[in-house]
Amino acid sequence: MASVFAYAPAPESRGVVDIAPSYGLFIDGEFVEAADGKVFKTVSPSTEEVLSEVAQAGEADVERAVKAARKAFEKWSALPGSERAKYLFRIARIIQERSRELAVLETLDNGKPIKETRDADLPLVAAHFFYYAGWADKLEHAGFGSNPKPLGVAGQVIPWNFPLLMLAWKIAPALATGNTVVLKPAETTPLSALFFADICRQAGLPKGVVNILPGYGDAGAALVAHPDVNKVAFTGSTAVGKEIARTVAGTRKKLTLELGGKGANIVFDDAPIDQAVEGIVNGIFFNQGQVCCAGSRLLVQESIQDELLDSLKRRLSTLRLGDPLDKNTDIGAINSEEQLSRITTLVEQGEAEGAERWSPACEIPTSGYWFAPTLFTNVTQAHRIARDEVFGPVLSVLTFRTPDEAVAKANNTPYGLSAGIWTEKGSRILAVAGKLRAGVVWSNTFNKFDPTSPFGGYKESGFGREGARHGLEAYLAPSSPEGER
Amino acid sequence: MSTVDKNDKTERAERLSVFKTYKLYVGGKFPRSESGRVYEVTDAKGNWLANAPLSSRKDARDAVVAARKAFGAWSGATAYNRGQILYRVAEMLEGRREQYVREVADAEGLSPSKKSDTAKAAAQVDAAIDRLVWYAGWTDKIAQVVGGGNPVAGPFFNLSSPEPTGVVAVLAPQESSFLGLVSVVAPVIATGNTAIVVASEKSPLPALSLGEVLATSDLPGGVVNILSGRTAEIATPLAAHQDVNAIDLAGADDVLAKELEIAAADNLKRVLRPQPVDDWAATPGIDRMTAFLETKTVWHPTGSLGASGSSY
Repeated sequence: MASVFAYAPAPESRGVVDIAPSYGLFIDGEFVEAADGKVFKTVSPSTEEVLSEVAQAGEADVERAVKAARKAFEKWSALPGSERAKYLFRIARIIQERSRELAVLETLDNGKPIKETRDADLPLVAAHFFYYAGWADKLEHAGFGSNPKPLGVAGQVIPWNFPLLMLAWKIAPALATGNTVVLKPAETTPLSALFFADICRQAGLPKGVVNILPGYGDAGAALVAHPDVNKVAFTGSTAVGKEIARTVAGTRKKLTLELGGKGANIVFDDAPIDQAVEGIVNGIFFNQGQVCCAGSRLLVQESIQDELLDSLKRRLSTLRLGDPLDKNTDIGAINSEEQLSRITTLVEQGEAEGAERWSPACEIPTSGYWFAPTLFTNVTQAHRIARDEVFGPVLSVLTFRTPDEAVAKANNTPYGLSAGIWTEKGSRILAVAGKLRAGVVWSNTFNKFDPTSPFGGYKESGFGREGARHGLEAYLAPSSPEGER
Repeated sequence: MSTVDKNDKTERAERLSVFKTYKLYVGGKFPRSESGRVYEVTDAKGNWLANAPLSSRKDARDAVVAARKAFGAWSGATAYNRGQILYRVAEMLEGRREQYVREVADAEGLSPSKKSDTAKAAAQVDAAIDRLVWYAGWTDKIAQVVGGGNPVAGPFFNLSSPEPTGVVAVLAPQESSFLGLVSVVAPVIATGNTAIVVASEKSPLPALSLGEVLATSDLPGGVVNILSGRTAEIATPLAAHQDVNAIDLAGADDVLAKELEIAAADNLKRVLRPQPVDDWAATPGIDRMTAFLETKTVWHPTGSLGASGSSY
């Protein structure tokens, strides 16, 4: 269906952000070149334009950064919590001040729509720093012993789907608890982390407390394996998460993993259909479906399948795909060529396995990496598109008849990160939510985040929780007065 | 135990004691090892105490099946009910206190004729009983301590609640055959998980006898399953088992612990690494419970911004 209304372009200005032609690694408060002089280019996924050239961290750089973090740890961990809190509050405030700049930067480097970076990512980034700032001087009340201590140097590896938000989830609790940080952003989205380094400078954060190492998987692996790292935090794929779990086996490193998902969004026959449709769209097309907790499996009660699918298809036809900097854009670019080909492969396999593919009429830009919102019907649980995480704007529709069947199908996955429930019946929400093996269950809503709410998975979606009081545990060595433990 | 009878020599004809055939405890039943194997268990002086079942990989897998089967009902039981049952286990142990003092003394090389040794064994049994009572009281409190409502910035409420991880393999400590054992099993089941316990390799008899108490304490069959044998042999298939959700490595040495942790990564099992414990009798923290809990956060719209500021 062609769009009824023609929208005039409404691009956000690029002028608010000044991207330098090249960036270094951020080690011990300085931007430095990689030891071996290597660099890589980061491109804008919507245009394939080279945005900047970034130093590529290697093993020697990991060594340098960990040493800097270790040195900084002594003083940072000894600071009164109230002083650490003030640094975090400063960072939160500067993020708010620079949020437009950062939103545009993130959209350029990541490809996600400006309305998401502006209205979801950046407010949450600031909120996480504010939230954990307040914990820094209240740790003895957090329930992890009366004298909780930091672990030391935290090695953190984050993905490209929410570059700055994942940074905030990792760095804010680490600093609040008195740890120092070496963080490796993803190779396709290094820029916002480097801008964050500048925010650390503006905030006057002591040198070495935060170190940023843009680079590839090898740098991440070296960081995780480094003997002087006390804590490893990773968000990314389940396969890499398993590899990391093997690497830290037999060490005393504390480990938290936020891994993949195959979230079920369950729509019962008494659900408010229009709201459910919005929730389904938000669940799988938010950030082009490149979300670990995406509701990528729609489980719809058989009796309302036709009605729901009609509404859903009508709604999908109104989604606007295109320039991520346009304020009216709903679907931006896929983050990288590599990710696009992964999505394409899985979708082709879905068709080959007999599922029925549907997409709204949708004009695809000629440059950049794009994938139209896609719906699969006639999907069974055996289909690969119902089992594997696509990490793209692809929704598989399955049906069920009874609540028990819905629960069984929802739980029929090695993952256990998220789920959604749509029904007007409160007791059904609670009954179903209780049976779902997932870390986050959204009822009559989807993809909501808040720093006060723990986030994390069951089963192969990883372990540990981020956010909330729970998120502190990952960065604390529990301790209590002599003899009590 | 036979050792007590030896001190009971009197004029009357000596009575031959009845030995006990120690068996596994799996799914609420007392099977022998599927392998038909046993191994010799001796006291500290090398005197034969009993033949304990030498469990096989198959026994381990059977125990996983039993634990999985029991998980639904046990995790779904009310916390109050679980607390009652844990307290019941303590009651039953109290009634058999003398038996366990004897068994612990035998297992840990304490002499039944030495008063101080008997007191040591008794102290361990008493501490184990008290530990069960302590955990009985935790079942309906842990959710209040580690869960709660979250003040989200928006028209929603959400609740975070702890839930059991699932089936937990527990390698009981090697040295503390009874107090250590109870200290690692109780937190696992108090929180609604089900357990496969690998008893101390050298001193498995108190663990196997614990099965008798559990079987008569209203604890549903399969909630705790007790295996004896070579720790490494039984633990390896458990660590690799895709239907085991977590593993407590308390009874593993460093080499074995690392090997098992690597195997556990295959399905991202929750791993509790060996923790140094100076004194098993000291009050434990809640770490052993939280190690095997997941946190589930359930969101719901409120249709308003804040409790009193309704938009309606």
